[in-house]
Amino acid sequence: MSELPPFIIFFVAALLVVAMRGIVRSTILLAAPAVGGLHLWFNVDPGLIVSHSILSIDLIVMRTDKLSLLFGYLFCLASFIATLYAWHVKDSAQQLAGLIYAGAALGAVFAGDLITLFIFWELLALSSVFLIWARRTERAFNAGMRYLVFQVASGLLLLAGALLHYHKTGTLAFDHIGLEGLAAWLIFIAFGIKCAFPFLHSWLTDAYPEATVTGTVFLSAFTTKVAVYALARGFAGEEILVYIGVTMACFPIFYAVIENDLRKVLAYSLINQLGFMVAGIGIGTALALNGVVAHAFSHVIYKGLLFMTMGAVLYRVGNINGSDLGGLYKSMPKTTALCIVGALSISAFPLFSGFISKSMVMTAMIEANFDYLWLLLLFASAGVFHHAGIKIPYFAFFAHDSGLRPQEAPVNMLIAMTIAAVICIFVGTQPQYLYALLPWEIDYWPYDASHVLAQLQLLFFSALAFVWLNQKGMYPPELHSTNLDVEWFYRKLLPRWVHATVSLLRALSVSMTNTIRSQLISIRHGFSQTFVAKYYLSESWPTGSMVFWVAIILASYLLVDIFG
Amino acid sequence: MSAPNQKQHLFDKPENVKRLLRALYLICIGLVVADFVIHRHVSLGWEEIPAFYAIYGFVACVILVVLAKAMRKVVMRKEDYYDE
Repeated sequence: MSELPPFIIFFVAALLVVAMRGIVRSTILLAAPAVGGLHLWFNVDPGLIVSHSILSIDLIVMRTDKLSLLFGYLFCLASFIATLYAWHVKDSAQQLAGLIYAGAALGAVFAGDLITLFIFWELLALSSVFLIWARRTERAFNAGMRYLVFQVASGLLLLAGALLHYHKTGTLAFDHIGLEGLAAWLIFIAFGIKCAFPFLHSWLTDAYPEATVTGTVFLSAFTTKVAVYALARGFAGEEILVYIGVTMACFPIFYAVIENDLRKVLAYSLINQLGFMVAGIGIGTALALNGVVAHAFSHVIYKGLLFMTMGAVLYRVGNINGSDLGGLYKSMPKTTALCIVGALSISAFPLFSGFISKSMVMTAMIEANFDYLWLLLLFASAGVFHHAGIKIPYFAFFAHDSGLRPQEAPVNMLIAMTIAAVICIFVGTQPQYLYALLPWEIDYWPYDASHVLAQLQLLFFSALAFVWLNQKGMYPPELHSTNLDVEWFYRKLLPRWVHATVSLLRALSVSMTNTIRSQLISIRHGFSQTFVAKYYLSESWPTGSMVFWVAIILASYLLVDIFG
Repeated sequence: MSAPNQKQHLFDKPENVKRLLRALYLICIGLVVADFVIHRHVSLGWEEIPAFYAIYGFVACVILVVLAKAMRKVVMRKEDYYDE
């Protein structure tokens, strides 16, 4: 029993879902993550390796250690919450996509070899794109296409890297790879695309805000965290990741401040949070890696919570632009309170989940003597509070009264959000339970007077800055706008080049035709001026008559040849 | 928007907003005072600056917002920019 990979449970459930309708279907949807999670918790121990031989390749479909198991628990939990949140959705495409997507994420974290990893890697892409397309708008369709291009490209790089790696080392096992040689770099970039490295990140901020209300909650949990897991497994301790991570933590917060679509603000802040994890992987010490895993855990829950609250607003109001919202606390007080819990968690407020996990990465950063980069991460921490902690709840639920009085979120959404909020507070106040599950043995406790004081100072004075800027009228207003990001290169520049090239070629061909035609006309004109043109045979004859005479000539040659 | 029978909400009263802000100011003052009472154990040189985290948090956010606002001049386009 312990050898059953959890993704099987999800895929069997997907088959059953196709056959069932109504309440039975909804129950199966919710049961799959519950059964999967309980199975992992009670039946599966670290140190298991299950392989199957397919076409003479040994595929390790289940390799468990504390690292993969913790991600397994997390994905089952996240999938359960997201499914509950989507309980009211009757769209089969979304239900199936959510289930297969979660199953693929589980398959990927338990994959023991690169080929199995590749299969689930691509399945993640192919299933999740339906959560974007299910919005059924042209924008969503196009965004989904661009998303798919990035994801599939990532998969192909992974496959190419895996095969080269096999060629070089003779093994497909997915263990520490390290950044040496082409194969390693291909795999690294494949992971980097899914992890939204700078310049490879725009698929995320492009597609996540376009997905359905419930789809984004699923999306925010799995793809990028599978990538974090893969990086932690394959490239822990590669110093370049520290620099990449710090960049990821810093640049998106600027966009988050000026972005109007609040789900896009959350997408940018997702990259910012990934930055802390990637930096931690780069440090590579036990404390740092534990911090990464713990932060991934906290992050999936609070980021899911924030996306759920914004989804509830979108569901009720039909729009999620900061410029058009405000004052919603009056009619959605529960959603407001739950959003504030998510906001405090992502801001790493003491007693909330972000605090107990992010602080591990920050401490590891100091221990590894990255002093200046630590300052940048501290800057990013203040920035998170500013854009995700304050901006999101402020512009959606407070700010100026938009006059909107939408209904409170549906009950299933409220229950799902409450579960997430309770986990945020539980993990934040009782971190020992999460710490006990972490892969490496460490002696770390986040709550001491100086640490709490430092964090409170940072956060309250960030809040003070927000108030001050607002009162001075210096805070940028929310505006209907699009902010140019890397996607500009392939959404504007590239089409512009293609367009320019095509029209250049077209212009060339037109002018060439014209030149030749005018040359011909002038030749004919010149000919008609000569005395020869007056003769009967120099007039223009139809082509048919010429063919006729040529045929006569050829026929006469033939006759001469036969009889001559 | 303002129907006569409409309920008064928490922040409809300006004095409640004022109370909230006053609480924030008091907490901020308290945190700076605490910095001199509690001895923070430090591992980096600049952490020794009194109220380092308070100053850093405030300055960081102001810089963030000022830069982001300036960034708008370069990156901001119409909402339907990509749809054209």
